[in-house]
Amino acid sequence: MLPFPIQKLLSPVPLPVAGRVAQASLRRMLHLHPMLFDRLGEFAGRLIVFHPTDLDLEFGVNPRQRSVRAARPGGIAGYDTRISGPLVLLLGLAEGRLDGDAEFFGRQITVEGDMETALALRNAVEDASLDFATDLAPRRGPLRQPVWTVLDWARTALLAREIAQWN
Amino acid sequence: MELICPAGTPAAFRDAVDVGADAVYCGFRDETNARNFPGLNFSRDELAEAVSYARTHDVKTLVAINTFMAAGREALWQSAVDDAAALGADAVILADLGLLAYAAERHPDLRRHLSVQAGAANVEHIEFLVEAFGIKRAVLPRVLTMSEVAALTRQVRCETEVFVYGGLCVMEEGRCSLSSYATGKSPNMQGVCSPASHVRYRQDGREMVSELGDFTINRFPEGEAAGYPTICKGRFVVAGEDGYIFEDPVSLDALSHLGALKAAGVAALKIEGRQRGRSYVAQVVTEIRRQLDAVENAEPAASPLNDTLRLMSEGQRTTKGSYDKKWR
Amino acid sequence: MQHRRLGLTLGPVLYLWDEARWRDFYFRVADEAEVDTVVVGETICSKREHFHANVTTAVVDRLAAAGKTVRLASLALVTLERERKSVRRLAEQDALELEVGELSAHAALRGKPHSVGPLVNVYNAATAQVLGARGAVAICLPAELPMHSIAQICQSMPAMRFEVFGFGRVPLAISARCAHARFKGLTRDNCQFVCGDDPDGLPVDTLDGQPFLALNGVQTVSSTCHAVIGDLGSLRNAGVDAIRLSPQVCDMVAVSRIFRAVIDGSLDAGDAWSRLGEAYPEAQFANGFLHSRPGHHLVLQ
Repeated sequence: MLPFPIQKLLSPVPLPVAGRVAQASLRRMLHLHPMLFDRLGEFAGRLIVFHPTDLDLEFGVNPRQRSVRAARPGGIAGYDTRISGPLVLLLGLAEGRLDGDAEFFGRQITVEGDMETALALRNAVEDASLDFATDLAPRRGPLRQPVWTVLDWARTALLAREIAQWN
Repeated sequence: MELICPAGTPAAFRDAVDVGADAVYCGFRDETNARNFPGLNFSRDELAEAVSYARTHDVKTLVAINTFMAAGREALWQSAVDDAAALGADAVILADLGLLAYAAERHPDLRRHLSVQAGAANVEHIEFLVEAFGIKRAVLPRVLTMSEVAALTRQVRCETEVFVYGGLCVMEEGRCSLSSYATGKSPNMQGVCSPASHVRYRQDGREMVSELGDFTINRFPEGEAAGYPTICKGRFVVAGEDGYIFEDPVSLDALSHLGALKAAGVAALKIEGRQRGRSYVAQVVTEIRRQLDAVENAEPAASPLNDTLRLMSEGQRTTKGSYDKKWR
Repeated sequence: MQHRRLGLTLGPVLYLWDEARWRDFYFRVADEAEVDTVVVGETICSKREHFHANVTTAVVDRLAAAGKTVRLASLALVTLERERKSVRRLAEQDALELEVGELSAHAALRGKPHSVGPLVNVYNAATAQVLGARGAVAICLPAELPMHSIAQICQSMPAMRFEVFGFGRVPLAISARCAHARFKGLTRDNCQFVCGDDPDGLPVDTLDGQPFLALNGVQTVSSTCHAVIGDLGSLRNAGVDAIRLSPQVCDMVAVSRIFRAVIDGSLDAGDAWSRLGEAYPEAQFANGFLHSRPGHHLVLQ
């Protein structure tokens, strides 16, 4: 779970704001990794829901339409696949820092619905070699380095914390 | 001994090369290989890049074309062999007799390795294939004890390669129709075991139920480590008692046998897991490389580093499998 | 097009039957069953081989005297020294044709005509050609092959005799580990032949009580009984030469007669299904593999 202060900070985020941030982030990632969804093939048209269990939010991604929307947990119906787990684990999986099968064996993440889509997504995202700290920090300007440093520190520290918790 | 590492994606391939593989094995993105999973495997272009990346690091590329040719569609498998040869693969890993014959005739200079899927478990079987198709190496099925591996390696006129870590087939490889009985998709024909398209997880009260096709494979109470929904590691009922009838959810870890395998003259050690993520490849290869180096340099055995290998395993547990006679 | 009449082959008994049951079964087959060929021998576990050693000659003689063609089968999984010897001994005898369970017999066979059992992976004509070039004259195709593959293979090699697994619990897997012994708390080395307690296999159900598989020593078979009684016309048109009936604890003589009657056109498929049900009342029938479906499905045409 995220440390309580961070949860507290993120939880009251209004849905439209969360949605806009998510859409902008996705656009940014796709700009930097244009082949991101290439490996999805026939699965690109599926609706995939990510539910960070430590946030009061979930996100529905449609790869083909390159769109994402935010909702309260359980608020997105008609999904093909829903992947749930602590936020830092979901991000760690997307970056290939964690092994999806191992997290699944350890019951840290759960997958509901179509497993094929989940598997295709995992393989596609992994091969894209995402790096959220680098990808989401400003590309240039004075804020680039400090933002990167904070994001990198957050991901490393939070992931270590998460792993320590379930070992 | 060569360390043979899995790669399901180009990124995992580069990771494997970077952390100490001597050779990386991979497959094309279709049913010609036994890990035909969605989003996994290599296009022709990706393989070409992988081969050249490997070559600059003095690492070999092995291409697994180890399912059985579908009657009437043999061209798909044959072109996979042709392309592997043209793209500079160091060897192809084959199981089908007809495809072995094709490769031997059309590409006599391309090294042919016998896939574990060929299920060649004894000297005479392997010798037959050495003689018929000039195979240079046989990957041994996970049904042999350590002493059988040693005896066989002494007697065959080709190299042997064995699995040391990763998913464990309980049944003899290449001769298992359990998955196709439940789903209609077969490891031998479609290159999938327990295909994701037929796997469902659902919550039933406090239990997570795994289903394959129309069959319940397991029920995991809350907090219990899970495994793949493979039939050979499922929980079933026999004579009123439920349990893991074939094998628990575990992975193979034969690293304590590295010294014995070296003494036996085994040429190569294989890590299972083309379907696994980059992090698996990086962590597992790094750890096994470290232990192998200790054995190769005749240093005291490297003590296993934390829990890396166990935590990467199905059910978070490992077994030495058939290498120990009592497993049988 | 001229079609050969479909032959019937009785496959080897896959289960551990005691000596008397085994002998009496074959004597009755010799006297009453409508099969052309009978395959005799232990294919599953080398530890069982001594069980029938004393009566094998009598069985073979009785079958031959009744006009049946007799083949001897070799083991499907060969790892131990005594198993390798057993294969070599079978390959070197000249009295009867050998049906190989895997490919270790080739050197000892030295090109002699032989048959290939259903656990050898023949998925295409190219593979059948490799085996044919080394003396194979008959091949029983793997049970999971779909009809269109069977047709492709048969039509590419008209000179080879092809058999299709047509009745019985389907052999699905074989292991070095004995799940049957393990279930009874024993290891394979000290198994006390517990598989002999379950002459038709030990049922394996899902946690939700659904029949799924059955244990036969180191082998796993299906809970359903594969039956191609409704597909005989298509199999003959595909170019298949013979149908293999795999012995179960049921009236196998009746089963052979039902298949023969359908082949001869004296019984229609609908009646045949109900008579098969009477011959093997415990059975749930399936034929999914033939129709590119999950193996446990039953497709009625």
